[in-house]
Amino acid sequence: MERNQMHSRIANIRKSLFEQGYLDEQFIQLEELQDNSNPDFVEEVVTLFYRDSARFLYNLDQALEKKPLDFNQLDNLMHQFKGSSTSIGAKKVKIECTQFRNYCNIRNVEGCKRAFQNIKKEYTTLRKKLEVYFQMSRQVGAIETACRPR
Amino acid sequence: METISSNSKELHVLAVDDSNIDRKVIERLLKISSFKVTVVDSGSRALEYLGLEENINSSHFDDLKVNLIITDYSMPGMTGFELLKKIKNSSTLKEIPVVIMSSENILTRIDRCLEEGAEDYLLKPVKLSDVTRLKDSILKTENRGISELQSHRGKRKRDDDRLPVLPSSFSCHKDVSMSPPPSPQQPTPKLARL
Repeated sequence: MERNQMHSRIANIRKSLFEQGYLDEQFIQLEELQDNSNPDFVEEVVTLFYRDSARFLYNLDQALEKKPLDFNQLDNLMHQFKGSSTSIGAKKVKIECTQFRNYCNIRNVEGCKRAFQNIKKEYTTLRKKLEVYFQMSRQVGAIETACRPR
Repeated sequence: METISSNSKELHVLAVDDSNIDRKVIERLLKISSFKVTVVDSGSRALEYLGLEENINSSHFDDLKVNLIITDYSMPGMTGFELLKKIKNSSTLKEIPVVIMSSENILTRIDRCLEEGAEDYLLKPVKLSDVTRLKDSILKTENRGISELQSHRGKRKRDDDRLPVLPSSFSCHKDVSMSPPPSPQQPTPKLARL
């Protein structure tokens, strides 16, 4: 009974991540690459993303402190970060990245800084939600392994 | 006489991307599609690898022969486009099909890559269906290439026969055996999404 409840809960969490626009189709593409030989593929990719992008965000933070702003550098950094976000299906993060690049293109300093704050917010929110999702998935996996008939 | 079927050997792909995440994903996409995969993080590493494999080829180590190169466009140092040019300008490497991956759907860029000899231009994020389509196309090319050699017709020339690439002439899944060189697979599905 508890196992079924957990399954439903996880399915609902996953569903709401898509419905609320946190994740897009690319996340599903990643799920399709996961199988028994690579059972943690999606979590591995997401973990790699959060580990890697910490560096990008730090660099962007630094770059936004420069006076005057080097918009080319900002755009280059954001291009890479946006690419990674796209690769994991981080929809809201990707949208905020596009906003940032738009402000870069029109050389709007305040716009860039605001957009960057939004990026960080979405990035952090998604991380928390995915952590819960993966943790629960792992718990169910563990329970299933323990309950597997021999 | 050797008959080539799609099961007779695994195709070996060299994937080039400076992004950790994209490397992980493309590697998985390719492995799931039954390619043998080597992944490197830059154009210069790719050339190093291919340079090494030139020597290996001369010793007939067919296992390590690269059948396809798939590279990101935007990379620091050597771009994917520059890598493409170097490969197409190399007498030993130019027959290896090269596919470009890019997050940017810029027609002039796509045209430039195709004109320089790229087999295809895939929009990121690359999907499993892109890789499957690519594999079919490469297998056909490989098989035709082998049969041409066998009948002593010599290698096809890329330069003269390539048709000008116009958006209106993009067609999906063009049968490569119908025209002398394989017309690069057109990225219509991606463009149609916009």
